[in-house]
Amino acid sequence: MALLTGAQMLVRTLEDLGVEYLFGYPGGAVLDIYDALLDSEKIHHVHGRHEQGVCHAADGYARATGRVGVCLVTSGPGATNTVTAIATAYMDSIPMVVITGQVGTPLIGSDAFQEVDTVGITRPIVKHSYLCQSALDIPKFVRQAFYLASSGRPGPVVVDIPKDCVRPSLRFEYPEDAAVHMRSYNPTRTGHRGQIKRACKLLAEAQRPVLMIGGGAVIAKASDKLIKLAHDFKLPVTATMMGLGVFPSTDPQFIGMLGMHGTYEANQAMDKSDLVLAIGVRFDDRVTNAIDKFCPAAKIVHVDIDPASISKTVTADLPIVGDADIVTGQILDTIADLKLSCNQDGLKSWWEQIEEWRSLDSLKYATTPGVIQPQDIVKSLYKATHGDAIIATDVGQHQMFVAQFYKFDKPNCNLTSGGLGTMGYGFPAAIGAKVGCPDKTVCLVTGDGSFQMNIQELSTCLQFNIPVKIFICDNETLGMVRQWQKLFYRGRISSTNMQSNPDFVAVAKAYGHEGIYVDKPEELDAAIEKALSMQDKLVVVDIKCNTDAMVLPMQQMRGSMADMFLNED
Amino acid sequence: MRQIISILLENETGALSRVVGLFSQRGYNIEDITAAPTEDKSVSRITILTEGDNIAVERITKQLHKLVNVIKVSSLADDHEGIVEREILFVKVQCIGHTVRSEIKDLCEIFRAEIVDVTPELYILQYVNTSSEVDRFLKAVSEQVDVVETVRSGVCGIFRGDHSLRA
Repeated sequence: MALLTGAQMLVRTLEDLGVEYLFGYPGGAVLDIYDALLDSEKIHHVHGRHEQGVCHAADGYARATGRVGVCLVTSGPGATNTVTAIATAYMDSIPMVVITGQVGTPLIGSDAFQEVDTVGITRPIVKHSYLCQSALDIPKFVRQAFYLASSGRPGPVVVDIPKDCVRPSLRFEYPEDAAVHMRSYNPTRTGHRGQIKRACKLLAEAQRPVLMIGGGAVIAKASDKLIKLAHDFKLPVTATMMGLGVFPSTDPQFIGMLGMHGTYEANQAMDKSDLVLAIGVRFDDRVTNAIDKFCPAAKIVHVDIDPASISKTVTADLPIVGDADIVTGQILDTIADLKLSCNQDGLKSWWEQIEEWRSLDSLKYATTPGVIQPQDIVKSLYKATHGDAIIATDVGQHQMFVAQFYKFDKPNCNLTSGGLGTMGYGFPAAIGAKVGCPDKTVCLVTGDGSFQMNIQELSTCLQFNIPVKIFICDNETLGMVRQWQKLFYRGRISSTNMQSNPDFVAVAKAYGHEGIYVDKPEELDAAIEKALSMQDKLVVVDIKCNTDAMVLPMQQMRGSMADMFLNED
Repeated sequence: MRQIISILLENETGALSRVVGLFSQRGYNIEDITAAPTEDKSVSRITILTEGDNIAVERITKQLHKLVNVIKVSSLADDHEGIVEREILFVKVQCIGHTVRSEIKDLCEIFRAEIVDVTPELYILQYVNTSSEVDRFLKAVSEQVDVVETVRSGVCGIFRGDHSLRA
């Protein structure tokens, strides 16, 4: 058998794990790894322009494909630049393996050039991390990292590889045995049968149930079973931003996203419900509003694969630890076994009530002649893509408008930084998604603020021919911060103006791409269609839109789910 | 409320720092902590004394379970049969003059502490008991003689009877 260097073993392990795309940025500590990568025919390296972008791209790849995203960066600043992206993936439970170079083991602790304690810096934002001590650790740790990243509640795993572990002069026999066994790690996937039975009975009795779906259902691929459960039991369905698309947004039983900028009907339904079946959610504060006023009349059935998420914020009346898809399957089976059916009378009046709330049309917004509203942009994009695109967003008003107005019918299509709220996430995530799903239309809806946080990746797209479509909701301000300044700081506008933005069309062209400028409402549809029609081109569409648009409706701070204001007054 | 949490975890580099980091990261305080390998050298056992109600302890226990290195976690208050807990104290005291020395010896006899090191001017006393008894002993000693230095191990605990914490 041929002997391999540590670097070759890394490449071989990644190949054996089925890695096709590696997002990376070279540097001193990973020179040997990059040298070994040249000989791989299976792994395509996508070279970004900044380690944060590289790492977000691996995240976007993972969200769009459901596979583990992998990135490779050098030691020191290479590693620290990935910190925001690792934290982003951690908060949203994204399977990702981050391979970082490290100075040689004899130098560790000596403040060597480009040395940082990567494992230490990333400790609170990873699912787990490894520091290799020898070349033979590499295949073992990388396999474990993949297993950890993609099982249980997924998350990012860091593998830190000191330079002497990949030294070309040291060769070893490659360990073929790929079995991963960890006695300290056994996530529970199947729900407790007794608890499931109790949940089913609660469902059958409920007069005012709500099915609440979160990102865990995306990860578990629970769509089919949840759709069946919702239809069989006529459940009103709401979703967190991370759970959008698991249940089709165009289905009449979908009552919209819930939470701070959720629909009136979703939040009212939560507040008045007598049973919340929450699947794959973690009851984030942007969802629950004040915990002590959260769903006062409801029994909470909380299904999650992470026991630590259960009763962390909202106390669960009936906890079920398990995989969202498996548990939903168990619920369906138990309902069939026990021949349960929904509470027809209760649901009839419940739905009448919900329709009344829905008739308020809480997402309606004011228009001004001659001015493009940011909501129009998302609506137009939805129409032009027939609701069938992967949409990456950045963070702020445009992100909320995408969640409200792009009716996701499939999971893995809404790529957004929900937990950490990372501006600059969207563009590299779109790149990763397009790399992973080359046949899909991948769009970035961003803002003039967010886009400039990772704008350098325009260069990556030219080099690797990654034709994502970029729609900038260009309101020349940090819209969401401005909204809060207007609402809660007596309109004192502090440092949110962005009036020195570059000419985004010229920037696109300077990077070798196409650019379109639009500022008239009547030209919006055509501009978006034109951008989408240039299939092999990256197109930046700079869309001037209303600076003073507000994301509404909005929950009142420290109120209940139902305490909302629907307009600015 | 005083709570003792016992943790069995892989005896690996960085495992202890993950546990300690988790406490500060989640806003819990560590009153004291002890750590050492068990009879199986691949497993370490950490005992942490913390303050908090049962809900807080349940939350931190679940978070600890989530650490990949952690094999088992148990709150030592869980068991109805109770626990045995001990802490070791060393206290270095000045012992100049015959009166002082016999006072120290009397005190040690009353508390069943030991004198484990003797120099012309200094004694080291060793005392093993529950944390509250250690507090009492230390108070008594410092009231009688000049204390030069103290060190406490932090609490160690184990379930009584059948209930065991094993990897």
